[in-house]
Amino acid sequence: MKVLVAMSGGVDSSVAAAMALDAGHEVSGVTMKLWGGESDSGCCSVADVEDARRVAQQLGIDFHVFNFGDDFAEHVVAPYVAAWAGGSTPNPCVECNRHLKFDRLLRRADALGFDAVATGHHARIARQPDGHLRLARSVDRAKDQSYVLYMLDQVALSRILLPIGDLTKAEVRNRAAELGLRIAAKPDSQDVCFITSTGGRRAFLSERVELKQGTLRSSSGEALGSIDGLQLVTVGQRKGLGLSGNREPMYAVDVDVTGGFVTVGPASELTCREVILDQVTWAHRPFEGDVIAQTSAHGSVRRGVVEVIGPGRAPPDPSSRPRAGGLAGAGVVRLRWLEPETRVATGQSIALYCGDTVLGGGVVT
Amino acid sequence: MLPYLSVEYGNPSGAHRRARAARKAIDDAREVVAMALGAAPSDIVFTSGGTESDNLAVLGVHDRLGGTLVCSAIEHHAVLEPVLSRSGQIVPVHPSGVVDLGALESILDAGSVTGSAQHGVSAVSVMLVNNETGLVQPVDEVASIVHRLAPGALVHTDAVQAAPSLDVSAQAADADLVSISAHKFGGPKGVGALVVRPAAATALAARAVGGGQERERRGGTHNVAGIVAMAEALRITVERRDAANRQVGKLRDRLEAGLVAAVAGTILTCAGGRGTPAMCGTDRAGPRRSAGHCHVCFEGVESEALLYLLEEHGVYASAGSSCASGAMEPSHVLTAMGVPRSLAFGSVRFSLGYSSTESDVVRALEVVAPAVEQLRAAASP
Repeated sequence: MKVLVAMSGGVDSSVAAAMALDAGHEVSGVTMKLWGGESDSGCCSVADVEDARRVAQQLGIDFHVFNFGDDFAEHVVAPYVAAWAGGSTPNPCVECNRHLKFDRLLRRADALGFDAVATGHHARIARQPDGHLRLARSVDRAKDQSYVLYMLDQVALSRILLPIGDLTKAEVRNRAAELGLRIAAKPDSQDVCFITSTGGRRAFLSERVELKQGTLRSSSGEALGSIDGLQLVTVGQRKGLGLSGNREPMYAVDVDVTGGFVTVGPASELTCREVILDQVTWAHRPFEGDVIAQTSAHGSVRRGVVEVIGPGRAPPDPSSRPRAGGLAGAGVVRLRWLEPETRVATGQSIALYCGDTVLGGGVVT
Repeated sequence: MLPYLSVEYGNPSGAHRRARAARKAIDDAREVVAMALGAAPSDIVFTSGGTESDNLAVLGVHDRLGGTLVCSAIEHHAVLEPVLSRSGQIVPVHPSGVVDLGALESILDAGSVTGSAQHGVSAVSVMLVNNETGLVQPVDEVASIVHRLAPGALVHTDAVQAAPSLDVSAQAADADLVSISAHKFGGPKGVGALVVRPAAATALAARAVGGGQERERRGGTHNVAGIVAMAEALRITVERRDAANRQVGKLRDRLEAGLVAAVAGTILTCAGGRGTPAMCGTDRAGPRRSAGHCHVCFEGVESEALLYLLEEHGVYASAGSSCASGAMEPSHVLTAMGVPRSLAFGSVRFSLGYSSTESDVVRALEVVAPAVEQLRAAASP
């Protein structure tokens, strides 16, 4: 097959390229240039592109850089800013996968005659006896990244290769070292690629959003203090609220930007019985019943029951490829927890599993 | 050039016999380059290429004279960035892609009214041929406007792209500072020159100081082999220029006409993205263009994807400018000409030179049309 490998300059995608080559594919590497602004982490810097290019040279494969900066600004950065401005807590890495890696890049690869796009995600795709493709967790449970892939449907899965899903992270690093790749010991990227570690989220958002002063209230409406940068508060946050003197730890329970306040309360008020997910997509077909839910990239899992309650709204970008799940009339689901669970901020993604199999997922409303 | 990488390894700044041999090679090269560029040998400063020449001209003047730097919006980044770094002023261009002389006059007028000698305009830089569009800029008119409205200011022209096809000695005769780069006319990469005419001689501060080479205008050991090779390449270029222009221009016109005929939605890049052959000078009307440039926009196609497909079929073209990561950015030149961003993303430059042949053009035409079709088919739902 003719395979285009998305190379970030990190160890995972580098080894993914090497393995695609070993599997006998005709391999080219590509780095997406997504962010033109300041960056000192993640996968956007010139240094990372240089790492990716050098790895491609060492592997003897063709290497390209595609500039998807406009798409990234439109589909990832602008919604990120809008979400924080409205009191939500977005997950830009999920949106980048949804709109850039597994839409824009897939379409570009299609147009250029590639049979598949390979990435260095720790997850597995396997064809089932009935012919459909199953997206499953990596064999390395601690490094599993299936959560950020929950938006992949059958059409996308049929065009994607995940060459390192059967390896542990340690095995990936060993493989990189064996190949003499210079990135073998490079640390994993952790942060949002367009947020600098020096300025952080506050510096980034303060240039794009008018940060407001807000009040901190108890659930009964009692004023407990004030906060600078209301929009920067996220549900579940404890530090930075200026309430550390309290007998009982206090958490942000809800952020109301229009009303200008943050509701705070003890841990008991941070729990909820259910959550509504919008923009839901399904890996295979809509599902109702018992699920395991994962609420963050490397978070713990919870048990719940899913019920489809609506068709959901139209995909946010009508020009992007329609997704099977999104059109199947199951765009909004209610997820009832078996036990009361800590709230998840609106804007966060929840991925739904049956065992190790990804069923789909959506965004908390 | 090869002897100067092996047996003739002397350093021209030395005093012994081997050094003197290298010195002679440099002096010979200097005469050849000076002759080709219409300058005196003492006006030639050898550099590491176009960027260094441009930087030395623009920043060298600013370091010595201060004042305001002015350049056109379509300059190479090697001029644009230094000018912007010194808070200089940018002259817009017409949609045709040619510098707006009226706007230049306004800037110089304002400078002479409000500015003291210290804050007045110290240098104006306008390139002779734009590296993307190939459009020839009216450097002689720029010089006469500058000399009229800002008599103390120096005129620099980046002739890097002009050297292969234009008679720089005539076209840049009125410029005080002229940059060239060897690799544009068949010489090696990493060597170039700056002409510093007497009017500019005392107005230029060196950027690289130390050994005092190049009459203290550019310190550093000479790239002897590179300089020798550049001089020879320039000599041959000048000798064959007229014949090459006729041949290359004919091939370019053929390629351009072929693209317009074979690929719907092909737009020649001039006139703000509404270009026709007449507007772009193919018919020897409109702005003049250098012979080897064919710059087009394909509607509804991303050049990044198109270049990939062309390369697969052995056609190497370019688009926009590459940033540090190697990603393609929409070119500032097209933006300055008012070409819409979506169209600018579909821009491609085909470069032709003395070694291009008729079969190259035929091959390119065979490859481009199906590639554009493939991408348009993929983009439509």
